[in-house]
Amino acid sequence: MLRVCLRGVKATAQKSSGRIRLTNVQQCREYTTGESSGASRVVAAGLLTVTGGIGGTIIYAKWDHKFRAAVEKNVPYSEWLLGLALGPVSQDSGLPIRKPMESIQPPSMLEKQMRTSKAKSEKKLKETTEYGAQDSGPTSPQPAQNIQAEASAEATQIISAISEVQSIPAPCDTEPTAAAATVFQDTKSAGTAEPLRERSAEEVAARLAQQNQDEKDIITSLSARLDDSLASSAKATLQAIGAQEAALQAITQHTHKLKEAMEAEGPSEEKSTQWKDLEAALADRTTSVNDAKTALVKANEALDSLKSVIDKSKGLKITAARPLILAAEENLHKMVVDLDKVVSKVQSAESEAKIVAQYTELVHEAKQQFQREVSSLTPEIQANWKGLTGKLSTDDLNALIAHAHRRIDQLNRELAEQRVREQIHMEAALEQQRAEDQRALDKAVGTAKQHVKEEARLEQERKLAELREVIEAEMRTQLRRQAAAHTDHVRDVLKVQEQELRAEAEQELSSKLLAQETRYRQLTQEQLDDFTLDMNAAYARLKGVEEAIDSHVEAEEEARKAHRLWLSVEALTYTLKTASTESPSMPLEDAAEAVRASCVENDFALALASALPEESLKRGVYSEASLRARFNSLRSLARRVALIDESHNTLYQYFLSYVQAALLFEKQQEVPPTQLRSEDLDPFKLLSYASYCLEHGDLELAAKLVNQLRGEARRVVEDWLIEARLTLETRQVISLLSAYANAVGLGTTQAP
Amino acid sequence: MADELGRKWDRCLADTALKTVTGVGIGIVFSVLFFKRRTWPVSFGSGLGLGMGYSNCQHDFRSPYLIHGRMVKEQS
Repeated sequence: MLRVCLRGVKATAQKSSGRIRLTNVQQCREYTTGESSGASRVVAAGLLTVTGGIGGTIIYAKWDHKFRAAVEKNVPYSEWLLGLALGPVSQDSGLPIRKPMESIQPPSMLEKQMRTSKAKSEKKLKETTEYGAQDSGPTSPQPAQNIQAEASAEATQIISAISEVQSIPAPCDTEPTAAAATVFQDTKSAGTAEPLRERSAEEVAARLAQQNQDEKDIITSLSARLDDSLASSAKATLQAIGAQEAALQAITQHTHKLKEAMEAEGPSEEKSTQWKDLEAALADRTTSVNDAKTALVKANEALDSLKSVIDKSKGLKITAARPLILAAEENLHKMVVDLDKVVSKVQSAESEAKIVAQYTELVHEAKQQFQREVSSLTPEIQANWKGLTGKLSTDDLNALIAHAHRRIDQLNRELAEQRVREQIHMEAALEQQRAEDQRALDKAVGTAKQHVKEEARLEQERKLAELREVIEAEMRTQLRRQAAAHTDHVRDVLKVQEQELRAEAEQELSSKLLAQETRYRQLTQEQLDDFTLDMNAAYARLKGVEEAIDSHVEAEEEARKAHRLWLSVEALTYTLKTASTESPSMPLEDAAEAVRASCVENDFALALASALPEESLKRGVYSEASLRARFNSLRSLARRVALIDESHNTLYQYFLSYVQAALLFEKQQEVPPTQLRSEDLDPFKLLSYASYCLEHGDLELAAKLVNQLRGEARRVVEDWLIEARLTLETRQVISLLSAYANAVGLGTTQAP
Repeated sequence: MADELGRKWDRCLADTALKTVTGVGIGIVFSVLFFKRRTWPVSFGSGLGLGMGYSNCQHDFRSPYLIHGRMVKEQS
């Protein structure tokens, strides 16, 4: 059987598959016929999608650079393609928007910083040097600017110190002098500045401290440098002065020696020693002069360097260093003056030496000439004519004397000529001298003027510094006094105000307190009253509520009981319905028990419940329908034994009764009259009445009518009658109970 | 109670039939044995049987109406 089924299934499957294959083939055939168009369509669609995707990507990459970067990163040859399509990635537009703002920021920020630093420096000026705004007029822009430059450089330093990104050099960083540049060399690193943010007080103080520190450092370095250069220049100057003095000494020595040599007429050895000494002195002089010159050069160099240093430090324009500078300048001036003095001394000595040298030269020349003359005259005589006394002959002597006389004549003539020309020569010499003197004078005057100017300037500066200090002190004291006065005044005013305010406040407070007190008392009283009222009301309500609840509870209880009763009665009623056409209903025992249970304290219901007939409890009751059905069969029987009663009960009577029943016809159903007459007591009539009643659902009347039967008919319907009575009784009781339960339920139910 | 009549009739008829048949039987027996195969014992027996049955039937049908009394001696 199963196999057959399977076979059948297989057959159907095969058939269906065959059909499907056929359709597939057909479809394929269809496809094959339309294959080219389908495939081309697919290819076209694919191409379209791809180009669309690429185009869309390119357009979006053009608009969003992040996306472009992402695409370039992830897809291998996209850079080339995108570069081809859009051009290279432009850096400016490529960078996020934040950066341009940042690049604009540094100059503005630095401006701000400069401004703030300027303000701070001004504040600092006020604090540290206590120069008022009036005072720092000429100097404040410069120091401010310098400090500004400093501060900006400092700012960049700080920024570069704090931020991870390097800072670009500020535009005003190019301003600071070499000194500042050497100090802040390290800060000049490239980078962008951080966005501007307000510096806290600690930062300001720190920055001020930093600035002070820096200033101090600068001053110390400056002073160190000044000292160094001063020392070096002093040394050099001293050296130069020493050298010059030595040169002077040497020159004077030499001149003296020369003079001595010229004027002395000692013996030749002495003369030679003298000449040697002279030469030595000359050499000495030259060396010392050279030394002096070099020393002078060095000293000048040192002085120049010192001057440059002083200028530099002047350029820095830090007020605290001014006295140092002033001192250095003074020293410089002194050194210069000394040097000049010595140099002038040396020069005068030199000029004197020159004169003496000229004189010695002349003399030497004259001597030489004389010697030549003498030697020309007397060739064998040696040059050293001082030692000639023993060697010369009289001719020689005569020649010599003649030569001497001739020479004397010549000289006299020259002298006369010279005397004549004396005036002119004198004048010329005077002129020359005057000119030289003038020149020297001019030079001296110039140097003296310079010196005096310098001294005057220094003096002025000193005086200025002193004055400044004095004024500062004065200012400070005045300010202090003013501040003291102000504080006193403020204190007094505050005291007075405090008192006034206190009095006012106290008054106010007391009045308010009073008002509050009264209000509070009032409120509390009100509250108490309200509260009492509320409490009473609440209590009453509570009581009412409690009562209501209790009554409600009772009512609920009653209602519940009634409901229970009703339910049980309903159950009981329902059990009646369980009767089928032939069998009786369930025994009503349980339901009756339930009813009894649910109406324990209700006597009426209890009585009713116990009024149920035993038979119904035990066995249940028949339904009306069954009774009706039964009656119909009973009717025929009753008709058949209608004649039989106590007296007539022979079999013959039975026969007669049967014949009567067969022959007598009555109405099946007849309306029973309201009152029974004697002729209505005929069994046939009664039966038809009863039948009518039963048909119309009136079991009671039917039973009543049936009850009128007598004799055997009565005996025959006795069972039925009992059953009917039972049913009626039960039904009556149940209906009573139900009515009662309904009544009670209605009574307990609270109408809305 | 309605069935009782039916039962009664059943009984009655059965009984009557039985009696009749028995009577007939006995009659036959008597007729054969004692009365030289005459028919009168058969009919007699059947009559007897029938009568008995009838009487029984009647009594059975009457039984509800029969009053059973007792003689109560008067205690004087």
